[in-house]
Amino acid sequence: MDNKVGVYICSGCDISKSLNIEKLLNIAKNEYKVEVCISHEFLCGKEGSDLIKSDIADKGINKVVIAACSMRAKQDIFNYDILKIYTERVNLREHVIWISPSNNENTQRLAEDYLRMGITKAKKAEPPEPLIEEINKSILVIGGGVSGLNAATNAAMAGYNVVLVEKESHLGGFPYSKYKKWETNPPFEKNVLISKDLDELIQKAENSDRIKIYKSSVIKSIFGQPGMFDVAINGNEAEGGNGELTERVGAVIEATGWKPYNPANLSYLGYGSSPDILTNVELEELYSKLYLESKNELFTINRPSNHKPVGSVAFILCAGSRDENHLPYCSTVCCMSSLKEAAYIRNTNPNSKVFIIYRDIRTTGEYENYYKKMQQDDGIFMVKGELSDISVDKSGSINIKVDKTLFGGSIDLNVEMAVLAAGIVPNSGDFTPNGEVALTIGEQAVANPVQNAASCAVPAGEDDFSKKSGILNLIYRQGKELPDLVYGFPDSNFVCFPYESRRTGIYPAGSVRQPMDVVFSADDAKGAVLKTIQCIELAAKGKGVHPRAGDMTYPFIDLPRCTQCRRCTVECPFGALDENDKGTPKLNPKRCRRCGVCMGACPVRIISFKNYSVDIIGSMIKAMNIPEEGTDENLRIVVFACENDSYPALDIAGIKRLNISSNIRVIPVRCLGSINNVWYADALSRGIDGILLLGCRYGDDYQCHFIKGSELASYRMANLKETLDRLVLESERVKQVQLEISDYQKLPEIVEEFVNTIKKIGPSPYKGF
Amino acid sequence: MDGSNEKKPVLIIGGGFSGVSAAIEIMESSEKSVVIVEKNPYIGGRVLQMYKYFPKLCPPFCGFEINLRRIKLNEYGRIRFITSSEIEDIRKEDGSYKVKVRRKPQYINDNCTICGDCVDACPETRLNDFNYDMDSQKAIYLPNFFAYPAKYVIDDEACKLISCKKCMTVCRYDAINLEAKEEFYNLDVESVILATGWRPYDANNLTKLGFGRYKNVITNVMMERLSADSGPTGGEIIRPSDNKTVNRIAFVQCAGSRDENHLPYCSSICCMASLKQALYVREKNPDSEASIFYIDLRTPGKYEKFLNRASSDEKIKLIKGKVANITEESSSGDLILEVEDMLSSKKVKFKAEMVVLATGMVPNAPSNLKTGSLKLSFDENGFLFFQDGNEGIFSAGVAKNPMDVNQSIQSATAGALSVLQYSFNKRGQNG
Repeated sequence: MDNKVGVYICSGCDISKSLNIEKLLNIAKNEYKVEVCISHEFLCGKEGSDLIKSDIADKGINKVVIAACSMRAKQDIFNYDILKIYTERVNLREHVIWISPSNNENTQRLAEDYLRMGITKAKKAEPPEPLIEEINKSILVIGGGVSGLNAATNAAMAGYNVVLVEKESHLGGFPYSKYKKWETNPPFEKNVLISKDLDELIQKAENSDRIKIYKSSVIKSIFGQPGMFDVAINGNEAEGGNGELTERVGAVIEATGWKPYNPANLSYLGYGSSPDILTNVELEELYSKLYLESKNELFTINRPSNHKPVGSVAFILCAGSRDENHLPYCSTVCCMSSLKEAAYIRNTNPNSKVFIIYRDIRTTGEYENYYKKMQQDDGIFMVKGELSDISVDKSGSINIKVDKTLFGGSIDLNVEMAVLAAGIVPNSGDFTPNGEVALTIGEQAVANPVQNAASCAVPAGEDDFSKKSGILNLIYRQGKELPDLVYGFPDSNFVCFPYESRRTGIYPAGSVRQPMDVVFSADDAKGAVLKTIQCIELAAKGKGVHPRAGDMTYPFIDLPRCTQCRRCTVECPFGALDENDKGTPKLNPKRCRRCGVCMGACPVRIISFKNYSVDIIGSMIKAMNIPEEGTDENLRIVVFACENDSYPALDIAGIKRLNISSNIRVIPVRCLGSINNVWYADALSRGIDGILLLGCRYGDDYQCHFIKGSELASYRMANLKETLDRLVLESERVKQVQLEISDYQKLPEIVEEFVNTIKKIGPSPYKGF
Repeated sequence: MDGSNEKKPVLIIGGGFSGVSAAIEIMESSEKSVVIVEKNPYIGGRVLQMYKYFPKLCPPFCGFEINLRRIKLNEYGRIRFITSSEIEDIRKEDGSYKVKVRRKPQYINDNCTICGDCVDACPETRLNDFNYDMDSQKAIYLPNFFAYPAKYVIDDEACKLISCKKCMTVCRYDAINLEAKEEFYNLDVESVILATGWRPYDANNLTKLGFGRYKNVITNVMMERLSADSGPTGGEIIRPSDNKTVNRIAFVQCAGSRDENHLPYCSSICCMASLKQALYVREKNPDSEASIFYIDLRTPGKYEKFLNRASSDEKIKLIKGKVANITEESSSGDLILEVEDMLSSKKVKFKAEMVVLATGMVPNAPSNLKTGSLKLSFDENGFLFFQDGNEGIFSAGVAKNPMDVNQSIQSATAGALSVLQYSFNKRGQNG
C-alpha cells in the first residue's frame, strides 16, 4: 500500500516546554517527507483528535504517527480502523521529557531519534490482514468422568457441539457406581449419595442432541490446529466401540482425571503385609460394593482378615503424599475423603473408634464446616503427629507408633484396620522413553492402572514430557501431549491466568490440571469450556488468543530461502510449527501466539509479521542519529524492552519523574525471545556503544508469558561472542537484566550502571562508518 | 425464550481482578457487551494493593497489565466501566434486570492527561486508603501508578472544592469541574455476575491480639503495603512505632478465622500469604527471623512446594500453636506473644519486634450491596456459592467462596460461561 504518513506532535503536558517542537517538525518534513506534519497543544482533546480523523478521511493518511504520550495512554482516543490505518506512538512524554532534563540538547536528541524511529517503523509496517478460514466450532472432550461430563454438558448448554470420548464402556469416571461424596454446596456438612447427581449428569449427556459420545474409545491421534483439528478415534469393537473413525473439531478439553498412587509403593506403611491395611480407594470400593448389594445402609464393615465387624480403624493421611520420595505435592482431596470415610465407619460400625493420623488438616474455605462436624463425633480421634512405625502382630492387629504428637511425646495405637490415604496422580499421558506412540498403554491402563500410576508419579523433566503419549497423541513436532508444568500436571504457570495452556486450543480441566475434588472439577470444566469457545471464536476472526488476544498478525515464512535449520520449529514455545522430513517448517497460524520467538530464532531472517519484522526493527536502529564524536553524552545504547513489563515499568518511572540517562534508545519488543541476533550486529556495526535487554525473570518461577522468551534471549546472547569477536568488540557491550513491571524504582540505577560500564570500555570504534 | 432478541449487556458488580477477568473472557468469546460497576475510582480491586503474589513472588501488575492490554487492544466500547459507583437497586422485570447505579461526583473528566500540575497546586491532604491509611497524599491524587481509567481523583471530604479551585486554575485541559454532582444511571441488563470481592476481617475485634493498641501489631494486608515500593515506606520493612528495621517478626495465623466468635470458616489464603511474607521479609533483610504460629498449614496441591521452600529456610520457624494473647513491652515497643505450643503442650512466651495478624477475608456482599427486592441465596457466611431461583445471576471470586487469585480467575472464567449459556438459552443464539 502507498504510504501516506501523517505526523502529529503533541506539545501539551509540557512537551513544548522541554523540547524544541519546530526542530522535530523539520525532521519529519525534511528527512522523511511526510504528507502531513503538524503539532497541537492538546492532541488528545477533541480538536486535536478531530484533526487526525479528518486527515485520514480527506487526505488519505494511512500511517498515523502520534508523537505524544506512551502507547499505553489514551488508546481510546488514538484509535482508528486497525485493518486500514497503521498507528505508531512515539513516547515523547513518559520516555523523554518526564525522565530527562528539559531544554537540554541530549533530551532533544533523544526525542528526535524516537521520532525518526517511529516514522521509520510506520513506513515499513502494514496493517494486519487477518487469516480467515472456514472453521469447525465443535469441542472434543477427552474423558467422560465428572470433569468431562460437566465440560460436555456445559458446552452444549452454550450452543456448541461436542464429541465426547471415554475409554471405559460407561460414562461417569472414577465416581461411577461409588458410594458417597460430600455435599456439593455450602454448608458442606454432610455426605450424599453419588449416584443421584451422577446418573442425572450421565443422562443429560446421553440425551443431548449436541453431544456425540464414543465409549470404549481412545484418541489415536490429533492433527491440525484450532478450528481444524482432525481427531482419529480408536473404538474397541469388542467392548462396544465403533472401530476407527475420524472427527473434525475446533478445540479440545483434556479431562482425563487421575489415577490412585500405586499402593505397592506404600509397603513402608504396611501395605501388603495384612489384608486389614487398605487404601482409601479400596475402602471406598468396599462400601460401594456393600451398598450396591444391600441397597440400604444397614450393613456393617468387617475386617477382611477375619470377617468380624471392625472395632477400631486408623486413617493414615498423606500416605505417599507431601513426600519427596513419593508424591511431593499435596493431593488436596485426602483430608476430606478420610473424614468422609471416618464418618462411614462410625455410621456402619457405631461402636468403633476411628483415629485420624495427620500432619495438617486441609479443609480450606467452608470445608471447615465438614471438619467441625466430624470433630463433634466423640468416636473420632484426631491424632496430629508423624507415623514412625506400623506393624502387624501375631494376633493380626495393627500397631502404630506416632511421634511428635500434641501431647508432647509418642503414642502407640492398636487398631484392627488401617486405611492409607494415598494420593492422586494425573492421568496426563504415560512416559514412553523410546518415543513410540504406544496406544496399548491406554489399554494397559484399564487392566493395570496401578502400574501406570507408578510410572507417572516420577516427575518428568523438561525433556521427558515430549516423550509422553497415550492421551492426546498429538501429531506435533514438539511431542504428543500437553507439556507438564510440574509433577506431571499440565497446569498453567501463571497466577493470573489459570488456563494459559502451552498448546493453543487444548485446555486441561479437573484433576488432570491440578489436584482437586469433584466440586471444583465441575467448575473447572466450565472455565475450560469458556476457553475453548474463546479460542474457536477468536480463530474464526483470524485473531490470536491470550496473551496477545485479538492480534491479527501472524508470521510469514519466506520458505524458498529457508535453510531447514529447524531452529524455529524447536524453539516455538507453543509447538505451533511442524516440519516436513527435510526440516522445512510448516506454520499452523491458529496455534501461533504471535510472540515472534521464531523470528528471533531464524538465522536467515525470513520470518516476519506485517507490523514486526527483522527489517522493521533493524531499520529503526539505523534511523537513529549516531554522533561521530565519542563523548560520554554521545554514547548510544539500544534498550530492547519487553512490551508487557519493562516498557510499562519505564512509563511508571516517567510518571514518578525519575531521572534516566538520555543515552538510551528504547525499542519495545513483543518478547525478548523475538530479538534476532542480526540486530546486535546492525546496531554495533553502526557505532551503537551498548545494548541492554530488559525482560522477564526466567528459571523455575519464570514470568515470561511466552515461556522461555527471556531465557532464549540470554542463551542466544551467549552465541553472540562470534559476532563480537568479528567486530573486535567487548562482550560487556551487551547485557540482559531481568526486570519486573514493579521494578521501576530500579531502572535509573540499572541504566546508569550499564552506561558506566560502557563509559569504562569507551565508545564504539565503529562510529562514523 | 421470552421473545426479546434485543442485545442487552451483562452487569458485573465489582471491577476487581475477578470482575475484570470475567468481562474480558465474555468479550473475547462472544459479541456481548459488559458494564462493570466499581466502587473504587479505578479497576483492579484488592490485589493491586498486594506487593507480590504467591507462589511465584511476582507482582500483581504484570497480569493486570496484560488484562489492560486485552481491554485496550480489543474492540472499544464493549466493556464499559462505571467507576466510583455503587448499586442502588436491582429489580427483575420483563425477563431482564433493571439496575440503578449511583455514581459519586466526577470532578475530573476524561480530558485529564495525568500531567500532575494539579497535585503540585493542591493545598489539602487526605489519608491514603490504598496504603491502609498508613500515610497521606494530596486531596487530588492518582490512586495508583497503574490506575485505569488513567486520571486523577478528588476526595471531596478533604477537598475544599469551589472555595479553593487551585487545581482548576492550573489545569490546562479543562479536566476539572469542582461543581460536579452525583449521577444516577439506569441500566437494563440481561444477566449479572457478582464479583464484589472481600475486605479484611476487622482486626479491632481481636482485642487480645493487640491490634489498635500496639503500633507494631499490623495486619497481613498492611504488610503488603509496607513491603511495596509504592507503599508508605518505599518498600522498606520498618515497624510503625520507631521506623526500626524489623529483625524478628511473628505471624499469627487464623487471626479471627476458624473461630466461632469471629469467622467460622478458613479463609484459604492466609497460610500461603504468611509464608510468602516470611519469604520476602527474609529476602529483603537476610538478618531477619520469621516465626509463623499456626493451627494447620494449608498449602494444598502444588503449593506444597512453596511450603517446602519456606521451611527449608532455617530462619523461618513454623510453630504449631495458638497465640492466646499479645502484650507490649512498653520500653522497647516489642511484643510478647503468649503461645500454647501444641507440640509441647506448654504455654510459652515469645518476643517479636513486629507482629502480623493473618486476618481472613470477609465477603463484601451481602452487607455492602443493595439488591432491592432481589433475593439472593447467600450462605450463612455471606458467600454466594450458587444462586437458587433467580436465573441469570452468577458469582465469581471471593463473592463466591474464600479463594486465592488463581482460583478467583478460574471461577471468573466459569462465570463468563454461565453468562453465555444464559444468553443462549434465552435467545437461542450466542452473542
